[in-house]
Amino acid sequence: MALREVVVGSRVGLHARPAALFVKAVAEQPVKMTIRKGDGAPVDARSILRVLALGAKNGDTVVLEADGDGADEALEAVARVVAEDHDDPA
Amino acid sequence: MTTVDGPQPALAAQTLQGIGVCPGVAAGPVALMGPRPQLPAGLPDVVDGEADAEAAMAALILTAEDLERRAAATAIPGAAEVLEATAMIARDPSLEEAIRSAIADSVPPACAVDRAVEGFRTMLLDLGGYMAERVNDLDDVRDRTVARLLGQPMPGVPERDAPFVLVADDLAPADTVSLDPERVIALVTVRGGPTSHTAILARSLGLPAIVACSEAGSLREGELIEVDGGAGRVRRGITPDEASDANRREGLRRAARAASRGPGRTADGHPVALLCNIGSAAGAAEVAVVDAEGVGLFRTEFLYLDRQDAPSVDEQVALYTAAFEAMGGRKIVVRTLDAGADKPLPFLDQEGEPNPALGMRGLRTSRRSPHVLADQLAALAAAQQATDAVVWVMAPMVATAAEAKEFTDLAHQHGLPIAGAMVEIPAAALRAGDLLQHADFLSIGTNDLAQYTLAADRMAGELADLLDPWQPALLDLVRMTAEAGLAAGKSVGVCGEAAASPALAPVLVGLGVTSLSMAASAVADVRDALAAVTLAECRELAAEALAGRRPT
Repeated sequence: MALREVVVGSRVGLHARPAALFVKAVAEQPVKMTIRKGDGAPVDARSILRVLALGAKNGDTVVLEADGDGADEALEAVARVVAEDHDDPA
Repeated sequence: MTTVDGPQPALAAQTLQGIGVCPGVAAGPVALMGPRPQLPAGLPDVVDGEADAEAAMAALILTAEDLERRAAATAIPGAAEVLEATAMIARDPSLEEAIRSAIADSVPPACAVDRAVEGFRTMLLDLGGYMAERVNDLDDVRDRTVARLLGQPMPGVPERDAPFVLVADDLAPADTVSLDPERVIALVTVRGGPTSHTAILARSLGLPAIVACSEAGSLREGELIEVDGGAGRVRRGITPDEASDANRREGLRRAARAASRGPGRTADGHPVALLCNIGSAAGAAEVAVVDAEGVGLFRTEFLYLDRQDAPSVDEQVALYTAAFEAMGGRKIVVRTLDAGADKPLPFLDQEGEPNPALGMRGLRTSRRSPHVLADQLAALAAAQQATDAVVWVMAPMVATAAEAKEFTDLAHQHGLPIAGAMVEIPAAALRAGDLLQHADFLSIGTNDLAQYTLAADRMAGELADLLDPWQPALLDLVRMTAEAGLAAGKSVGVCGEAAASPALAPVLVGLGVTSLSMAASAVADVRDALAAVTLAECRELAAEALAGRRPT
């Protein structure tokens, strides 16, 4: 089981557009992935409703987990989306 | 209402009366706004779990595909993002799982969809204000999927190949996302008032429209009707020949109106600037078509509605630049974000207010979220520099001279030389002279000013008489504001719906108003009305109106 901890970079948190971009990125990966906030229960990372319900805010740490071939690369790609600030006007 | 006359079924069935909110005539078949689907009361006895699950999944996928198709096809700014986000919910694997698990409990498919959505609904609502917006998307997915499963009509604005008259209970701002002006030729709503969203939308599209037509609920799908948006009358039971005749005559009238040109002035040459109200960059193109002198109200809400986060400065600069460029050197008055009350936005952190119309709306939202206003002013200044348009900015819902000063100082600091305030609150009208010590101009929003002066909710169709712009108390406040402007040598315009009335426009000019801003479709009629009277006659009409007498 591969695991990555990432700090949410988006200033509005993992809501709205950032959440949609996250779920899209997860769907592009060849492996199944879960996400949890802190010690919370892991949820299916492809589920926009579950991801929204995490209520992950800017600066919160989320944990991504995946299994199988290509898990590390998949986590790397998705972690980048989480860390990015999509609302930065620059 | 009771009547002393006997019943007149033959005649009464032919005509329905409402309040006309956008003049013009159009005839065509009725298309009813799809109601929310109704779940069957009892559960069927026999349940085939396997087939039911497959049916539910197929319906869910069709809902997603339909939303994605509309997202790809829409030309309305911001609409694609809303539709895509909703489609994503329809494709959510957790939702799928919850539906399958309900069906495994012997719940029939439509009820299973409802039950699964209810679970997520509660979850999002429990998370508080920020998530509430998503609940609407979730409801939309449920309604569309349930309607499909039960073979009921699709909820929302109907889709037809041929032009139709849209008949609805009322329209919400979100419905405008799916309203295609190529297909919809007129609007009739059961509820709503003269300043409701339906009315404003209709005027901006130039669609004949009637609101508060209580009997419109009896209109049937496909029935041929004629809508007279000036008289507020629906004629039913007409023949196809009568319908095409009505549309042909309307075409001739419109052609005559299109021939009306030139700056606004009274018969004796007193100038009154005629300006347009627009709600998008695309609307700016209309200004040249009707030969108006500019834009007196550029509503910027459409940039912000249906979004979870504020648009970036870059995104705003691009949209403002497009609008300014279309002005061809004319003046454009931009109203900064007017959110709150009936237009809540998630990123403004507006918690539930017991009385939103009296709460955090308009300029007041910047008390909590000053960066949203600062970003908007920065974007407007950048767009102004990139074009040759004459840009004025104004803040909505200003109550005091201190607020006017704060806003105009901020705008000037951002490099926007002409900054003013809207007069929508009686306090601002009573103290217009004080506001004008700071503001470079004032613009009267008669819709909200009527709402706050007469204490009548502008969405309340039953109180339409109180919202009537001929109310002398409202006209008194217009007079006080205009006189303060005259004394200060600064311009005072009217940008509410009152300015679009050919009967009221001379009265407003007689009260001292220097410009009138209205839907583009109203410019020609108002221009003609002003050209028919002298300034002295305008003043006489104003005195009559202040005395409570209106022309018949």
